[in-house]
Amino acid sequence: MQVVSQIGGSVTNSLAYLGSLASLGGRAAYYTFVGPFQGKPLRLQRAVSQAMDVGVRALPILSLITFFIGLILALQAAYELRKFGAINLVATAVAVSMTRELGPLITAIVVIGRSGSAFAAEIGTMKVTEEIDALETMAISPVHFLVTPKFLAMIVMLPCLTIWANSMGILGGAVFGVGQADFTWVRYIRASIDALFIRDITTGLIKSVMFGITITAVGCLEGLSTGAGAEQVGRSTTRAVVMSIFLVVVVDLVFTMLFFFVSGV
Amino acid sequence: MGEEDRELVDSEKMISLRDLRVSYGEREILHGINFDVMRGETLVILGGSGSGKSTLLRTLVGLERPSSGQIWIKGQDIAAISQREMDEIRKKIGMSFQGGALFGSMTVGENVALPLREHTRLEDSTIEIMLRLKLEQVGLEGFEYYMPSQLSGGMKKRAAVARALAMDPEILFFDEPSAGLDPIIAAGIDQLILELKKAFRMTIIVVTHELASAFLIADRMVLIDKGVIVAIGPAAEMRASTQPRVRQFLDRVAEPEVARELDYLQMLTEERGRRAS
Repeated sequence: MQVVSQIGGSVTNSLAYLGSLASLGGRAAYYTFVGPFQGKPLRLQRAVSQAMDVGVRALPILSLITFFIGLILALQAAYELRKFGAINLVATAVAVSMTRELGPLITAIVVIGRSGSAFAAEIGTMKVTEEIDALETMAISPVHFLVTPKFLAMIVMLPCLTIWANSMGILGGAVFGVGQADFTWVRYIRASIDALFIRDITTGLIKSVMFGITITAVGCLEGLSTGAGAEQVGRSTTRAVVMSIFLVVVVDLVFTMLFFFVSGV
Repeated sequence: MGEEDRELVDSEKMISLRDLRVSYGEREILHGINFDVMRGETLVILGGSGSGKSTLLRTLVGLERPSSGQIWIKGQDIAAISQREMDEIRKKIGMSFQGGALFGSMTVGENVALPLREHTRLEDSTIEIMLRLKLEQVGLEGFEYYMPSQLSGGMKKRAAVARALAMDPEILFFDEPSAGLDPIIAAGIDQLILELKKAFRMTIIVVTHELASAFLIADRMVLIDKGVIVAIGPAAEMRASTQPRVRQFLDRVAEPEVARELDYLQMLTEERGRRAS
Protein backbone atom coordinates (compact mmCIF):
# COMPACT_ATOMS: atom_id res chain seq x y z
CA MET A 1 0.00 0.00 0.00
CA GLN A 2 2.98 2.23 0.68
CA VAL A 3 3.99 1.84 -2.97
CA VAL A 4 0.56 2.84 -4.20
CA SER A 5 0.48 6.00 -2.12
CA GLN A 6 3.99 6.86 -3.28
CA ILE A 7 2.98 6.44 -6.89
CA GLY A 8 -0.09 8.54 -6.23
CA GLY A 9 2.08 11.21 -4.64
CA SER A 10 4.48 11.23 -7.58
CA VAL A 11 1.65 11.55 -10.06
CA THR A 12 0.04 14.47 -8.25
CA ASN A 13 3.42 16.18 -7.86
CA SER A 14 4.12 15.74 -11.55
CA LEU A 15 0.72 17.13 -12.49
CA ALA A 16 1.29 20.05 -10.13
CA TYR A 17 4.65 20.71 -11.79
CA LEU A 18 3.09 20.68 -15.24
CA GLY A 19 0.40 22.99 -13.91
CA SER A 20 3.03 25.44 -12.65
CA LEU A 21 4.78 25.33 -16.02
CA ALA A 22 1.52 26.02 -17.81
CA SER A 23 0.70 28.85 -15.39
CA LEU A 24 4.08 30.47 -15.98
CA GLY A 25 3.73 30.05 -19.72
CA GLY A 26 0.26 31.54 -19.53
CA ARG A 27 1.44 34.61 -17.66
CA ALA A 28 4.31 35.10 -20.09
CA ALA A 29 1.84 34.81 -22.96
CA TYR A 30 -0.36 37.44 -21.27
CA TYR A 31 2.51 39.89 -21.11
CA THR A 32 3.41 39.11 -24.73
CA PHE A 33 0.00 39.40 -26.36
CA VAL A 34 -2.34 41.22 -23.98
CA GLY A 35 0.01 43.38 -21.92
CA PRO A 36 1.02 45.74 -24.73
CA PHE A 37 -2.60 46.82 -25.12
CA GLN A 38 -2.89 47.52 -21.41
CA GLY A 39 -0.03 49.94 -21.04
CA LYS A 40 2.67 47.37 -20.44
CA PRO A 41 4.76 47.51 -23.60
CA LEU A 42 7.07 44.74 -24.65
CA ARG A 43 10.69 45.53 -23.92
CA LEU A 44 12.13 44.30 -27.17
CA GLN A 45 15.62 45.49 -26.27
CA ARG A 46 15.83 42.86 -23.57
CA ALA A 47 14.49 40.16 -25.85
CA VAL A 48 17.08 41.01 -28.47
CA SER A 49 20.00 40.78 -26.07
CA GLN A 50 18.66 37.44 -24.82
CA ALA A 51 18.40 36.29 -28.43
CA MET A 52 22.08 37.15 -28.93
CA ASP A 53 23.00 34.94 -25.98
CA VAL A 54 20.66 32.09 -26.81
CA GLY A 55 21.19 32.03 -30.54
CA VAL A 56 24.22 33.75 -31.95
CA ARG A 57 26.60 32.67 -29.21
CA ALA A 58 25.50 29.05 -29.54
CA LEU A 59 26.45 28.83 -33.22
CA PRO A 60 30.06 27.67 -32.87
CA ILE A 61 29.36 24.75 -30.53
CA LEU A 62 26.14 23.84 -32.29
CA SER A 63 27.87 23.79 -35.66
CA LEU A 64 30.56 21.42 -34.46
CA ILE A 65 28.15 19.09 -32.71
CA THR A 66 25.65 18.81 -35.53
CA PHE A 67 28.39 18.49 -38.14
CA PHE A 68 29.71 15.47 -36.29
CA ILE A 69 26.21 14.09 -35.77
CA GLY A 70 25.61 14.29 -39.52
CA LEU A 71 28.80 12.40 -40.16
CA ILE A 72 27.92 9.77 -37.55
CA LEU A 73 24.46 9.38 -39.07
CA ALA A 74 25.95 8.86 -42.50
CA LEU A 75 28.34 6.22 -41.23
CA GLN A 76 25.60 4.34 -39.40
CA ALA A 77 23.18 4.53 -42.30
CA ALA A 78 25.80 3.40 -44.79
CA TYR A 79 26.67 0.46 -42.55
CA GLU A 80 23.23 -1.02 -43.30
CA LEU A 81 22.60 0.43 -46.73
CA ARG A 82 25.71 -1.05 -48.32
CA LYS A 83 24.31 -4.55 -47.71
CA PHE A 84 21.57 -3.68 -50.16
CA GLY A 85 23.91 -1.95 -52.56
CA ALA A 86 21.99 1.23 -51.75
CA ILE A 87 24.76 3.35 -50.33
CA ASN A 88 23.70 6.21 -52.56
CA LEU A 89 20.62 6.54 -50.35
CA VAL A 90 22.83 7.78 -47.53
CA ALA A 91 22.11 11.39 -48.53
CA THR A 92 18.38 10.78 -48.13
CA ALA A 93 18.84 9.03 -44.80
CA VAL A 94 20.88 11.83 -43.31
CA ALA A 95 18.75 14.64 -44.67
CA VAL A 96 15.45 13.19 -43.49
CA SER A 97 16.75 12.12 -40.08
CA MET A 98 18.32 15.50 -39.43
CA THR A 99 15.40 17.68 -40.46
CA ARG A 100 12.66 15.61 -38.93
CA GLU A 101 14.33 14.57 -35.71
CA LEU A 102 17.95 15.06 -34.86
CA GLY A 103 18.31 18.67 -35.92
CA PRO A 104 15.57 19.91 -33.57
CA LEU A 105 16.47 17.51 -30.77
CA ILE A 106 20.22 18.05 -30.70
CA THR A 107 19.71 21.80 -30.99
CA ALA A 108 17.33 21.65 -28.04
CA ILE A 109 19.86 19.73 -25.98
CA VAL A 110 22.66 22.18 -26.74
CA VAL A 111 20.35 25.07 -25.85
CA ILE A 112 19.33 23.32 -22.62
CA GLY A 113 22.95 23.00 -21.63
CA ARG A 114 23.76 26.61 -22.48
CA SER A 115 20.61 28.59 -21.90
CA GLY A 116 18.26 26.40 -19.86
CA SER A 117 20.83 26.18 -17.10
CA ALA A 118 21.73 29.87 -17.47
CA PHE A 119 18.10 30.94 -17.05
CA ALA A 120 17.71 28.87 -13.89
CA ALA A 121 21.02 30.10 -12.47
CA GLU A 122 20.37 33.76 -13.27
CA ILE A 123 16.84 33.84 -11.91
CA GLY A 124 17.73 31.57 -8.99
CA THR A 125 20.57 33.84 -7.93
CA MET A 126 18.27 36.84 -8.19
CA LYS A 127 15.80 35.03 -5.94
CA VAL A 128 18.47 34.35 -3.32
CA THR A 129 19.70 37.97 -3.31
CA GLU A 130 16.12 39.32 -2.96
CA GLU A 131 16.28 40.95 -6.40
CA ILE A 132 13.00 39.23 -7.36
CA ASP A 133 11.40 40.66 -4.19
CA ALA A 134 12.82 44.07 -5.10
CA LEU A 135 11.15 43.90 -8.52
CA GLU A 136 7.82 43.07 -6.90
CA THR A 137 8.03 45.92 -4.42
CA MET A 138 8.70 48.26 -7.36
CA ALA A 139 5.46 47.02 -8.97
CA ILE A 140 7.43 45.35 -11.77
CA SER A 141 6.28 41.83 -12.55
CA PRO A 142 9.25 39.42 -12.55
CA VAL A 143 7.49 37.43 -15.28
CA HIS A 144 7.11 40.51 -17.48
CA PHE A 145 10.63 41.72 -16.81
CA LEU A 146 12.64 38.50 -16.79
CA VAL A 147 10.66 35.65 -18.30
CA THR A 148 8.82 37.13 -21.27
CA PRO A 149 11.97 38.39 -23.06
CA LYS A 150 13.45 34.90 -22.71
CA PHE A 151 10.38 33.27 -24.24
CA LEU A 152 10.45 35.65 -27.17
CA ALA A 153 14.14 35.09 -27.75
CA MET A 154 13.85 31.29 -27.62
CA ILE A 155 10.78 31.09 -29.85
CA VAL A 156 12.58 33.09 -32.52
CA MET A 157 16.04 31.59 -32.12
CA LEU A 158 15.33 27.88 -31.86
CA PRO A 159 13.91 27.49 -35.35
CA CYS A 160 16.82 29.54 -36.72
CA LEU A 161 19.34 27.40 -34.88
CA THR A 162 17.57 24.25 -36.05
CA ILE A 163 17.81 25.29 -39.69
CA TRP A 164 21.50 25.93 -39.16
CA ALA A 165 21.87 22.57 -37.40
CA ASN A 166 20.13 20.75 -40.24
CA SER A 167 22.50 22.33 -42.74
CA MET A 168 25.57 21.46 -40.73
CA GLY A 169 24.33 17.91 -40.33
CA ILE A 170 23.89 17.53 -44.07
CA LEU A 171 27.39 18.92 -44.57
CA GLY A 172 28.72 16.37 -42.11
CA GLY A 173 27.02 13.63 -44.05
CA ALA A 174 28.48 15.08 -47.22
CA VAL A 175 31.98 14.48 -45.90
CA PHE A 176 31.18 10.78 -45.80
CA GLY A 177 29.31 10.85 -49.08
CA VAL A 178 32.16 12.49 -50.92
CA GLY A 179 34.80 10.47 -49.18
CA GLN A 180 33.32 7.00 -49.25
CA ALA A 181 30.24 6.89 -51.43
CA ASP A 182 31.31 8.34 -54.73
CA PHE A 183 29.40 11.59 -54.42
CA THR A 184 30.60 14.99 -55.36
CA TRP A 185 29.78 17.86 -53.03
CA VAL A 186 27.23 19.28 -55.44
CA ARG A 187 25.55 15.95 -56.12
CA TYR A 188 25.34 15.10 -52.46
CA ILE A 189 23.74 18.42 -51.54
CA ARG A 190 21.35 18.10 -54.47
CA ALA A 191 20.42 14.56 -53.44
CA SER A 192 19.76 15.73 -49.90
CA ILE A 193 17.50 18.56 -51.01
CA ASP A 194 15.64 16.32 -53.46
CA ALA A 195 14.97 13.82 -50.70
CA LEU A 196 13.22 16.36 -48.52
CA PHE A 197 9.59 17.28 -48.56
CA ILE A 198 8.50 20.63 -47.17
CA ARG A 199 6.71 18.81 -44.39
CA ASP A 200 9.98 17.27 -43.19
CA ILE A 201 11.37 20.72 -42.57
CA THR A 202 8.19 22.23 -41.14
CA THR A 203 7.50 19.42 -38.70
CA GLY A 204 11.04 19.80 -37.44
CA LEU A 205 10.62 23.54 -37.01
CA ILE A 206 7.30 23.20 -35.21
CA LYS A 207 8.98 20.80 -32.81
CA SER A 208 11.83 23.23 -32.27
CA VAL A 209 9.43 26.01 -31.25
CA MET A 210 7.72 23.67 -28.78
CA PHE A 211 11.12 22.67 -27.41
CA GLY A 212 11.99 26.33 -26.96
CA ILE A 213 8.83 26.99 -24.99
CA THR A 214 9.46 23.95 -22.80
CA ILE A 215 13.09 24.83 -22.07
CA THR A 216 12.25 28.41 -21.13
CA ALA A 217 9.34 27.41 -18.92
CA VAL A 218 11.35 24.84 -16.99
CA GLY A 219 14.45 27.02 -16.64
CA CYS A 220 12.48 30.02 -15.41
CA LEU A 221 10.20 28.00 -13.11
CA GLU A 222 13.15 26.34 -11.43
CA GLY A 223 14.85 29.71 -11.05
CA LEU A 224 11.79 31.35 -9.51
CA SER A 225 11.24 28.50 -7.06
CA THR A 226 14.81 28.40 -5.79
CA GLY A 227 15.21 28.06 -2.04
CA ALA A 228 17.53 30.11 0.11
CA GLY A 229 21.29 29.83 -0.32
CA ALA A 230 23.90 29.24 -2.98
CA GLU A 231 23.52 25.47 -2.76
CA GLN A 232 19.90 25.81 -3.79
CA VAL A 233 20.88 27.69 -6.93
CA GLY A 234 23.02 24.72 -7.91
CA ARG A 235 20.11 22.37 -7.29
CA SER A 236 17.73 24.49 -9.33
CA THR A 237 20.15 24.61 -12.22
CA THR A 238 20.65 20.85 -12.19
CA ARG A 239 16.93 20.20 -11.95
CA ALA A 240 16.29 22.64 -14.78
CA VAL A 241 18.65 20.78 -17.11
CA VAL A 242 17.41 17.31 -16.21
CA MET A 243 13.70 18.19 -16.34
CA SER A 244 14.19 20.10 -19.59
CA ILE A 245 15.85 17.14 -21.28
CA PHE A 246 13.13 14.81 -20.06
CA LEU A 247 10.24 17.08 -21.04
CA VAL A 248 11.78 17.89 -24.42
CA VAL A 249 11.88 14.17 -25.20
CA VAL A 250 8.26 13.81 -24.05
CA VAL A 251 7.19 16.74 -26.23
CA ASP A 252 9.19 15.20 -29.07
CA LEU A 253 7.30 11.93 -28.69
CA VAL A 254 3.92 13.66 -28.57
CA PHE A 255 4.55 15.69 -31.68
CA THR A 256 6.19 12.87 -33.60
CA MET A 257 3.15 10.69 -32.94
CA LEU A 258 0.90 13.60 -33.90
CA PHE A 259 2.68 14.09 -37.18
CA PHE A 260 2.67 10.36 -37.87
CA PHE A 261 -1.03 9.85 -37.40
CA VAL A 262 -2.29 13.11 -38.87
CA SER A 263 -2.52 12.57 -42.64
CA GLY A 264 0.70 10.61 -42.67
CA VAL A 265 2.76 13.79 -42.38
CA MET B 1 -18.87 53.71 7.00
CA GLY B 2 -18.67 52.93 10.71
CA GLU B 3 -16.73 54.82 13.35
CA GLU B 4 -13.92 52.22 13.19
CA ASP B 5 -13.61 52.44 9.42
CA ARG B 6 -13.59 56.21 9.45
CA GLU B 7 -10.82 56.05 11.97
CA LEU B 8 -8.83 53.78 9.73
CA VAL B 9 -9.17 56.05 6.71
CA ASP B 10 -8.05 59.06 8.80
CA SER B 11 -5.50 60.80 6.63
CA GLU B 12 -2.99 61.13 9.44
CA LYS B 13 -2.62 57.37 9.73
CA MET B 14 -0.45 56.12 6.90
CA ILE B 15 -0.52 52.47 7.99
CA SER B 16 -2.86 50.67 10.35
CA LEU B 17 -2.64 47.03 11.36
CA ARG B 18 -5.63 45.32 12.90
CA ASP B 19 -5.23 41.85 14.36
CA LEU B 20 -2.74 40.85 11.70
CA ARG B 21 -1.84 37.18 11.57
CA VAL B 22 0.68 35.72 9.17
CA SER B 23 1.52 32.04 8.76
CA TYR B 24 4.04 30.04 6.78
CA GLY B 25 2.06 26.92 6.02
CA GLU B 26 0.96 25.48 9.35
CA ARG B 27 3.14 27.71 11.52
CA GLU B 28 1.74 31.06 12.63
CA ILE B 29 4.51 33.64 12.82
CA LEU B 30 2.59 36.79 13.76
CA HIS B 31 -0.17 36.40 16.32
CA GLY B 32 -2.45 39.38 16.05
CA ILE B 33 -0.45 42.57 15.50
CA ASN B 34 -2.09 45.94 16.11
CA PHE B 35 -0.54 49.36 15.64
CA ASP B 36 -0.71 52.54 13.59
CA VAL B 37 1.99 54.49 11.83
CA MET B 38 1.39 58.22 11.58
CA ARG B 39 2.26 60.35 8.59
CA GLY B 40 5.76 61.75 8.79
CA GLU B 41 6.97 59.65 11.69
CA THR B 42 9.90 57.28 11.82
CA LEU B 43 8.95 53.97 13.38
CA VAL B 44 11.60 51.44 14.27
CA ILE B 45 10.57 47.80 14.59
CA LEU B 46 12.92 46.07 16.99
CA GLY B 47 13.19 42.42 17.64
CA GLY B 48 15.53 39.48 17.90
CA SER B 49 16.05 36.76 15.31
CA GLY B 50 12.91 34.77 14.82
CA SER B 51 10.76 37.43 16.43
CA GLY B 52 8.76 37.92 13.24
CA LYS B 53 9.95 41.43 12.42
CA SER B 54 11.13 40.50 8.93
CA THR B 55 7.84 38.73 8.26
CA LEU B 56 6.04 41.86 9.43
CA LEU B 57 8.04 44.04 7.05
CA ARG B 58 7.52 41.68 4.13
CA THR B 59 3.78 41.62 4.79
CA LEU B 60 3.62 45.42 4.90
CA VAL B 61 5.08 45.67 1.40
CA GLY B 62 2.89 42.88 0.08
CA LEU B 63 5.52 40.15 -0.29
CA GLU B 64 3.63 37.91 2.15
CA ARG B 65 -0.11 37.49 2.42
CA PRO B 66 -1.73 37.72 5.83
CA SER B 67 -3.74 34.71 6.94
CA SER B 68 -6.19 37.03 8.67
CA GLY B 69 -6.49 40.61 9.83
CA GLN B 70 -6.30 43.95 8.04
CA ILE B 71 -3.49 46.12 6.78
CA TRP B 72 -4.66 49.60 5.87
CA ILE B 73 -2.16 51.62 3.81
CA LYS B 74 -3.38 55.12 2.93
CA GLY B 75 -6.97 54.12 3.42
CA GLN B 76 -6.90 50.81 1.54
CA ASP B 77 -6.84 47.34 3.06
CA ILE B 78 -4.06 45.70 1.09
CA ALA B 79 -5.08 42.25 2.26
CA ALA B 80 -8.25 42.59 0.21
CA ILE B 81 -7.33 44.48 -2.95
CA SER B 82 -6.54 43.41 -6.50
CA GLN B 83 -3.07 43.05 -7.97
CA ARG B 84 -3.49 46.21 -10.00
CA GLU B 85 -4.48 48.29 -6.98
CA MET B 86 -1.56 46.81 -5.05
CA ASP B 87 0.77 47.85 -7.86
CA GLU B 88 -0.54 51.41 -7.59
CA ILE B 89 0.24 51.43 -3.88
CA ARG B 90 3.68 49.98 -4.53
CA LYS B 91 4.50 52.89 -6.79
CA LYS B 92 4.16 55.13 -3.76
CA ILE B 93 6.43 53.17 -1.46
CA GLY B 94 10.12 52.42 -1.57
CA MET B 95 12.02 49.57 0.05
CA SER B 96 15.69 49.19 0.78
CA PHE B 97 16.56 45.52 1.22
CA GLN B 98 19.11 44.07 3.58
CA GLY B 99 21.78 43.36 0.99
CA GLY B 100 20.74 46.16 -1.29
CA ALA B 101 19.21 43.78 -3.82
CA LEU B 102 20.66 45.84 -6.68
CA PHE B 103 20.37 44.20 -10.07
CA GLY B 104 23.85 42.91 -10.81
CA SER B 105 23.48 43.05 -14.58
CA MET B 106 22.81 46.80 -14.64
CA THR B 107 24.82 49.83 -13.65
CA VAL B 108 23.95 51.83 -10.53
CA GLY B 109 22.34 54.47 -12.73
CA GLU B 110 20.24 51.92 -14.58
CA ASN B 111 19.17 50.43 -11.24
CA VAL B 112 17.95 53.78 -9.95
CA ALA B 113 16.31 54.63 -13.28
CA LEU B 114 14.46 51.32 -13.56
CA PRO B 115 11.21 52.30 -11.78
CA LEU B 116 11.14 55.52 -13.79
CA ARG B 117 11.64 53.65 -17.07
CA GLU B 118 8.97 51.07 -16.25
CA HIS B 119 6.28 53.32 -14.77
CA THR B 120 6.62 56.69 -16.44
CA ARG B 121 6.81 58.00 -19.97
CA LEU B 122 9.56 60.47 -19.19
CA GLU B 123 12.19 61.24 -21.77
CA ASP B 124 15.56 59.55 -21.33
CA SER B 125 17.21 62.90 -20.75
CA THR B 126 14.78 63.69 -17.93
CA ILE B 127 15.33 60.29 -16.36
CA GLU B 128 19.05 60.91 -16.60
CA ILE B 129 18.67 64.13 -14.62
CA MET B 130 16.40 62.53 -12.03
CA LEU B 131 18.71 59.62 -11.36
CA ARG B 132 21.65 61.96 -10.88
CA LEU B 133 19.54 63.88 -8.40
CA LYS B 134 18.69 60.75 -6.43
CA LEU B 135 22.29 59.61 -6.37
CA GLU B 136 23.34 63.01 -5.12
CA GLN B 137 20.74 62.85 -2.36
CA VAL B 138 22.37 59.69 -1.03
CA GLY B 139 25.91 60.89 -1.51
CA LEU B 140 26.76 58.81 -4.56
CA GLU B 141 27.10 61.51 -7.20
CA GLY B 142 29.31 60.37 -10.06
CA PHE B 143 28.71 56.67 -9.49
CA GLU B 144 26.02 56.11 -12.08
CA TYR B 145 28.23 54.06 -14.40
CA TYR B 146 29.59 51.75 -11.72
CA MET B 147 28.38 48.17 -11.55
CA PRO B 148 27.00 47.03 -8.18
CA SER B 149 29.85 44.55 -7.81
CA GLN B 150 32.28 47.46 -7.80
CA LEU B 151 30.64 49.10 -4.79
CA SER B 152 31.40 48.61 -1.12
CA GLY B 153 28.68 47.46 1.29
CA GLY B 154 27.81 50.96 2.44
CA MET B 155 27.68 52.28 -1.10
CA LYS B 156 25.39 49.45 -2.15
CA LYS B 157 23.00 50.39 0.65
CA ARG B 158 23.05 54.02 -0.47
CA ALA B 159 22.39 53.00 -4.07
CA ALA B 160 19.49 50.87 -2.87
CA VAL B 161 18.07 53.90 -1.03
CA ALA B 162 18.47 56.01 -4.16
CA ARG B 163 16.49 53.41 -6.11
CA ALA B 164 13.83 53.31 -3.40
CA LEU B 165 13.56 57.11 -3.67
CA ALA B 166 13.28 57.11 -7.46
CA MET B 167 9.50 57.50 -7.58
CA ASP B 168 9.39 59.98 -4.65
CA PRO B 169 7.65 57.55 -2.32
CA GLU B 170 5.47 58.54 0.60
CA ILE B 171 6.58 55.63 2.74
CA LEU B 172 10.12 54.30 2.90
CA PHE B 173 10.92 50.86 4.32
CA PHE B 174 14.34 49.74 5.48
CA ASP B 175 15.27 46.15 6.19
CA GLU B 176 18.27 46.06 8.53
CA PRO B 177 20.01 49.14 7.10
CA SER B 178 23.12 48.71 9.27
CA ALA B 179 23.54 44.96 8.80
CA GLY B 180 27.04 43.94 7.83
CA LEU B 181 28.45 47.46 7.95
CA ASP B 182 31.22 48.72 10.18
CA PRO B 183 30.16 51.27 12.84
CA ILE B 184 31.37 54.30 10.90
CA ILE B 185 29.63 53.37 7.66
CA ALA B 186 26.53 52.36 9.65
CA ALA B 187 26.54 55.80 11.27
CA GLY B 188 26.66 57.27 7.77
CA ILE B 189 23.50 55.37 6.84
CA ASP B 190 21.82 56.60 10.03
CA GLN B 191 22.75 60.16 9.05
CA LEU B 192 21.25 59.57 5.62
CA ILE B 193 17.98 58.45 7.16
CA LEU B 194 17.93 61.51 9.42
CA GLU B 195 18.53 63.77 6.42
CA LEU B 196 15.69 62.14 4.51
CA LYS B 197 13.45 62.63 7.53
CA LYS B 198 14.28 66.31 7.71
CA ALA B 199 14.17 67.01 3.98
CA PHE B 200 11.05 65.15 2.93
CA ARG B 201 8.99 64.52 6.07
CA MET B 202 8.53 60.98 4.74
CA THR B 203 7.00 58.21 6.76
CA ILE B 204 9.86 55.83 7.44
CA ILE B 205 9.70 52.30 8.81
CA VAL B 206 12.94 50.62 9.81
CA VAL B 207 13.40 47.03 10.90
CA THR B 208 16.62 46.56 12.82
CA HIS B 209 18.21 45.01 15.84
CA GLU B 210 20.95 47.64 16.13
CA LEU B 211 19.98 49.58 19.24
CA ALA B 212 22.28 52.54 18.71
CA SER B 213 20.87 53.23 15.23
CA ALA B 214 17.35 52.64 16.46
CA PHE B 215 17.51 55.25 19.23
CA LEU B 216 19.16 57.74 16.93
CA ILE B 217 16.56 57.68 14.19
CA ALA B 218 13.31 56.61 15.85
CA ASP B 219 10.34 58.75 16.80
CA ARG B 220 8.53 55.69 18.08
CA MET B 221 9.59 52.10 18.55
CA VAL B 222 7.86 48.74 18.53
CA LEU B 223 9.44 45.72 20.18
CA ILE B 224 8.32 42.40 18.74
CA ASP B 225 9.09 39.08 20.35
CA LYS B 226 7.85 35.66 19.22
CA GLY B 227 5.26 37.18 16.94
CA VAL B 228 3.58 39.55 19.39
CA ILE B 229 4.13 43.18 20.26
CA VAL B 230 5.83 43.42 23.64
CA ALA B 231 6.06 47.18 23.83
CA ILE B 232 5.30 50.23 21.72
CA GLY B 233 5.87 53.89 22.38
CA PRO B 234 8.08 56.93 21.89
CA ALA B 235 11.81 56.20 21.90
CA ALA B 236 12.46 57.92 25.21
CA GLU B 237 9.68 55.93 26.86
CA MET B 238 11.13 52.66 25.56
CA ARG B 239 14.58 53.53 26.81
CA ALA B 240 13.18 54.07 30.33
CA SER B 241 10.83 51.08 30.28
CA THR B 242 10.81 48.75 33.27
CA GLN B 243 9.16 45.82 31.48
CA PRO B 244 11.41 42.75 31.86
CA ARG B 245 11.34 41.65 28.17
CA VAL B 246 12.12 45.19 27.06
CA ARG B 247 14.94 45.58 29.56
CA GLN B 248 16.36 42.20 28.56
CA PHE B 249 16.49 43.30 24.92
CA LEU B 250 17.81 46.78 25.55
CA ASP B 251 20.39 45.73 28.14
CA ARG B 252 21.60 42.85 25.98
CA VAL B 253 21.01 40.17 28.56
CA ALA B 254 21.46 36.63 27.25
CA GLU B 255 18.82 33.95 27.76
CA PRO B 256 19.23 32.39 31.23
CA GLU B 257 21.58 29.40 31.27
CA VAL B 258 20.01 25.99 31.80
CA ALA B 259 20.53 25.40 35.53
CA ARG B 260 21.27 21.69 35.77
CA GLU B 261 23.18 19.30 33.56
CA LEU B 262 20.42 16.70 33.81
CA ASP B 263 17.89 19.16 32.47
CA TYR B 264 20.22 19.87 29.57
CA LEU B 265 20.75 16.19 28.81
CA GLN B 266 17.03 15.59 28.96
CA MET B 267 16.43 18.49 26.63
CA LEU B 268 18.98 17.11 24.14
CA THR B 269 17.60 13.57 24.15
CA GLU B 270 14.04 14.78 23.81
CA GLU B 271 15.06 16.89 20.86
CA ARG B 272 16.81 13.89 19.28
CA GLY B 273 13.83 11.64 19.91
CA ARG B 274 11.41 14.14 18.43
CA ARG B 275 13.54 14.58 15.34
CA ALA B 276 13.96 10.84 14.75
CA SER B 277 10.22 10.11 14.77
